[in-house]
Amino acid sequence: MDGNRRDFLKLAGLTAVGAAGVSSIKPTDAQASTTDSHAEPSAEGVRLGMVIDLRKFSKNDPLIERCVEACHSEHNVPDFKDDPKNEVKWIWPEYFETAFHSQEFHFIREDLKGKPTLLLCNHCDNPPCTRVCPTQATWKRDADGIVMMDWHRCIGCRYCIVACPYGSRSFNWKDPRPAIDEITADYPTRMRGVVEKCTFCEERLARGLEPACVEVCDNDEIVFGDLNDPGSKVRQLLAERMAIRRKAGLGTQPEVYYIIDDPRTLQETAPAAVVEVTEGGDHA
Amino acid sequence: MLEKALAGNRTYWTWITFLLVIIGAGAACWYWQFRTGLTITGLSRDVVWGLYIAQFTFLVGVAASAVMVVLPYYLHDFKAFGKMTILGEFLAIAAVIMCMLFIFVDMGSPIRIFNVFLHPTFHSMMFWDTVALGGYLVLNILISRVSLSSERRGEPPPKWIRPIIILSIPWAVSIHTVTAFLYAGLAARPFWMTAILAPRFLASAFAAGPALLILLALFVRKMTKFDPGKEAIQKLAVIVTYAMILNVFFVAMELFTALYSNIPEHIHHFQFLFMGLEGSNTLAPWMWLSVVLAAVALVILINPSTRRSETTLVVGCIAVFGSLWIDKGLGMVIAGFVPSPLGKVTHYAPTVPEITIALAIWAIGILIVTGLYKIALEVRGQMKTQ
Repeated sequence: MDGNRRDFLKLAGLTAVGAAGVSSIKPTDAQASTTDSHAEPSAEGVRLGMVIDLRKFSKNDPLIERCVEACHSEHNVPDFKDDPKNEVKWIWPEYFETAFHSQEFHFIREDLKGKPTLLLCNHCDNPPCTRVCPTQATWKRDADGIVMMDWHRCIGCRYCIVACPYGSRSFNWKDPRPAIDEITADYPTRMRGVVEKCTFCEERLARGLEPACVEVCDNDEIVFGDLNDPGSKVRQLLAERMAIRRKAGLGTQPEVYYIIDDPRTLQETAPAAVVEVTEGGDHA
Repeated sequence: MLEKALAGNRTYWTWITFLLVIIGAGAACWYWQFRTGLTITGLSRDVVWGLYIAQFTFLVGVAASAVMVVLPYYLHDFKAFGKMTILGEFLAIAAVIMCMLFIFVDMGSPIRIFNVFLHPTFHSMMFWDTVALGGYLVLNILISRVSLSSERRGEPPPKWIRPIIILSIPWAVSIHTVTAFLYAGLAARPFWMTAILAPRFLASAFAAGPALLILLALFVRKMTKFDPGKEAIQKLAVIVTYAMILNVFFVAMELFTALYSNIPEHIHHFQFLFMGLEGSNTLAPWMWLSVVLAAVALVILINPSTRRSETTLVVGCIAVFGSLWIDKGLGMVIAGFVPSPLGKVTHYAPTVPEITIALAIWAIGILIVTGLYKIALEVRGQMKTQ
């Protein structure tokens, strides 16, 4: 954990420098990569990503709520309670099967079945949302690959929501401010009529902090780092474990990975793993 | 010339007042929406586009359909369309203005509309659609104004306008192609991700638009001394027939590909449209009505005797227009959102203020058509003086 933390701070310093170099308002430099419909991940520079360990989450049920709460209170995300029509969310749980809707999981391990799985913006390396925006109010930042939002430029056409294959974007159908329990003073609130979403806590990264949802984790349930650095913790995890991404076949190159294996079964013999899988196989 | 729209008889002014009342109600609702946000519509996090954008899409087709009178007249020297071209161009002007208004009322932050021009974004299809529609409006205003002025002076149109008229032909095709590209290039929405969307848009446009033009021409003939000529109406009827057959054929192609390939995320949208999903079947009765209307239209239009009789032709044209309005002005857009990318079924029905705003924009379009047609008829001295 400590080594990881040090790595992270090093990385955060790097992105802060990168971010200072690229004006957060002027997205023009990002266009070269967004217009290009390549499906290969960018190999150069820092490419921030996240690895969510579902096995660890399945042992820590209250953590999901804590992650959502940490993010939403930090970013002044309104809570319209039982009003799904006006709902705004940056990070939220869905059943595992819903999160990986297109993969049609049937006979899955018991601990994954119906498990709440955290969803957020995937900060795609090849984002379809930035490609469609008519005003460049959303763009992929060159320095670290974060998909940014300019709430002062957004015209509220919602084309980015239509283009996002992950349902990660929300629109402010009405004034969000009355629905914020306690306003965090050092983060902006939004007005009605603009789109918003997770920004990988770019404001925290600039201060050398981890994203809010990562910070509240107890045991590396979410790990954040540079996917282009072979020595980073995220890369180590992806090299050792079995991780999947949502709708990776669309070529969007989502940067949020979900570890679905069980490290115990990896260490045991192959037949034992088969037994474990079939035991959880009564899911329809 | 505009002053000619400002003098009229009692019927004319009653009609104008009626339209203004609807427009006033819509303006009040829009102000409410402007102050409160789009929350007053039936839209939600999962169904983010609805009635407004669907009307926009349908009306781009109506605008593009002017080419169906312009092309035969100017490229093939089909003289019978001589009196119709101006009606087609005026209809296009009204339709494009309605398109722009529907985009405007759908915007969450309409006061920032100029950001589209301040930050032109070439990789956004919405930018290109704005350019295409704006250009098409300018072309049609210019062409109709120049030709009508010449006609008023009893001169042939100036030579320089001809290349501009020719340009308006591919331009008309482009507006609906780019509008289809708004939808057809999105990996997130399998329902729209079909190469036949643009051809299907054009076919339905070239059926619905000329069908409306026939209805308008016959109505104007009834009210005034204007006579488009039997040959022109019959030729348009043939165009509507072919376009409608093509449209139904294209829809069948869509159904085959989705149903035979058996890919769930393609099938589900059609299931939602025609059968409903998870108890949400608000669109199903509409879609079946669209199917029935299309069948009625094809029977009337393909059969030469019913196509030639103007009484049945009117029924056929109403059926074409109604069927395609449901298909494109309702089903096509909404079904793209249900089920959502996460497989969720969200119920959408437009609210009363939303419908009022949409009706008001239609009323603005009808008002523009009324005024412009009146100008054209006055110039030609074909208004009845009663």
